[in-house]
Amino acid sequence: MSIICAEKLCFSYAANPIMEDVFLVIAEAQIVAIIGPNGSGKTTLLKIINGTLFPNSGHMLINGKETRLWPRKDLAKTVAIVPQETAHVFSFYAEEIVLMGRFPHLSNYRFEDKKDYRVVHEAMEKTDTLAFAHRRFDELSAGERQRILIARALASEPKILLLDESTVFLDLKHQIQFLSLLRQLNETQKLTVMFVTHDINLAAQHADQIILLYCGKNYAIGKPAEVITAANIKEVYDVDVLVDHNPLNGLPRMTLLT
Amino acid sequence: MFALFLAISLISFCLGSVHINLIKVLRALSSTFTGTASLSSQEELILFSVRLPRIIFAGIVGASLSLGGVVFQAMLRNPLADPYVLGISGGSALGAIAGIIIGASSFYLGIPLLAFCGALATVFLVFVVAGGTRGQLLDNSLLLSGVVVNAFFSAAILFFLSIVNSLELHSITFWLMGDLSRASFKEIALAAVCLIAGFLIIYAQARKLNLIVQGEETALHLGVNIKRTKLLLLIVTSLITAVAVSMAGIIGFVGIMVPHMMRLVFGSDHRLLLPAAALFGASFLVIADTVARLVLAPAELPVGVITALCGAPYFIFLLKRKSV
Repeated sequence: MSIICAEKLCFSYAANPIMEDVFLVIAEAQIVAIIGPNGSGKTTLLKIINGTLFPNSGHMLINGKETRLWPRKDLAKTVAIVPQETAHVFSFYAEEIVLMGRFPHLSNYRFEDKKDYRVVHEAMEKTDTLAFAHRRFDELSAGERQRILIARALASEPKILLLDESTVFLDLKHQIQFLSLLRQLNETQKLTVMFVTHDINLAAQHADQIILLYCGKNYAIGKPAEVITAANIKEVYDVDVLVDHNPLNGLPRMTLLT
Repeated sequence: MFALFLAISLISFCLGSVHINLIKVLRALSSTFTGTASLSSQEELILFSVRLPRIIFAGIVGASLSLGGVVFQAMLRNPLADPYVLGISGGSALGAIAGIIIGASSFYLGIPLLAFCGALATVFLVFVVAGGTRGQLLDNSLLLSGVVVNAFFSAAILFFLSIVNSLELHSITFWLMGDLSRASFKEIALAAVCLIAGFLIIYAQARKLNLIVQGEETALHLGVNIKRTKLLLLIVTSLITAVAVSMAGIIGFVGIMVPHMMRLVFGSDHRLLLPAAALFGASFLVIADTVARLVLAPAELPVGVITALCGAPYFIFLLKRKSV
């Protein structure tokens, strides 16, 4: 069964249509990359999937159920998102931020128990963030903050993980570490991952499927080799590129021709 | 924290225009349980009929205002928010002054009731101005409309001040500066019930407040029903602060200062912050009120003068630190 399913999805901010007639079927345990130029609706699509926004018309189904019919906490247990940035008016400790990922699992009057702390500890171990668990979140570097937010998303033990350009601030080592962590979670826990990125080569190397958005429509969707073609990139980004194959694994590799 | 509050209350109990030493007070307190009298009737009168209700009342008001400050600051994600800035105090004052002028003080609970109505009307007005009727609550516009409504009320209050006679003027002025001396036992009990009920409801939302501070969208995708939570918090918080203000008058800066001081000590986790702020707010106002009673003894200063004298410089300090 498809875990994420969009039918005739339309969405607009006031009078500006952002999404038009988007169809989407994502099977469980897939890693999906969303690429597309600025303003093509990538982030909006993620927000519609996690129920922050609801479609104006059409359907957005998670596990076969409309997002607007999901109770908030249940949806939060199923779908976690790593946002680009968060507000920090009053400072919290990094560990407290990760603990917030446990919110959907807890009732109002309960404090976190041993299990919650164990999950949080594991999430921080996986993201290599234990070293600054007791530092203030707003004093961390952008990359460290990003990893804390990833840990928070993992702490909520989701079935679907949405990532909004989450690798931008990561250094090379943590980028590799993070991508292999995603693959590992994907294989061991059947985690479905959707990540928005501007790095087309990253998408080509690590995604099972790629969605290419253009002007609020899914211009192309399919395996990396089907989507990453010189013709598609020229049409959508208006840039000339050379697409050949990565000698190690045969996946498409893109080089800019400038 | 609770021990601190008790200790401060006890000390404040002893101090006043008639000094009664600590040992005597302690003996008196214990004798109320054993049933033996150890004080002169005059001393007993001062302690139990004048000072005790006043200290309890100061504690309740301080706790209410501080809680209001914590919740509003978190909800609006703005360190300068508090019941006073949002216009709740001003609305309450206008209600009270209208009451004094039309002579409502001759009715039982007349003034507090009108002040309470004023406060609630203000909350409603601030919401409408901020566009709350469209179902969208924009935080900055909420704060701004609070400031605007407050300014309007100040003008209205000044207008009333200029047309009333001198007797009413005195009573209004005291009200405007905050006055803890007039509350009756019944009013205190009412305020206490509101505070305790309100605190329990707010405390149940503490974890949600933590998430809301991270941004509304974050809170939403972590599973908080934002609209319902904000509405509930707004109603409950407005209610407890309105009750406090309607009985005690305008006591500024408690709601803004106490939450920040507690954040410095205990961090921003609201499950710790809420009780800490309530207890410290209570202690702070008891101290301020004690000082107010002592400075010009046997005459008294309005307690709002003391809190504003401490609060204004602190406010400036906060602004300066923010801008660095």
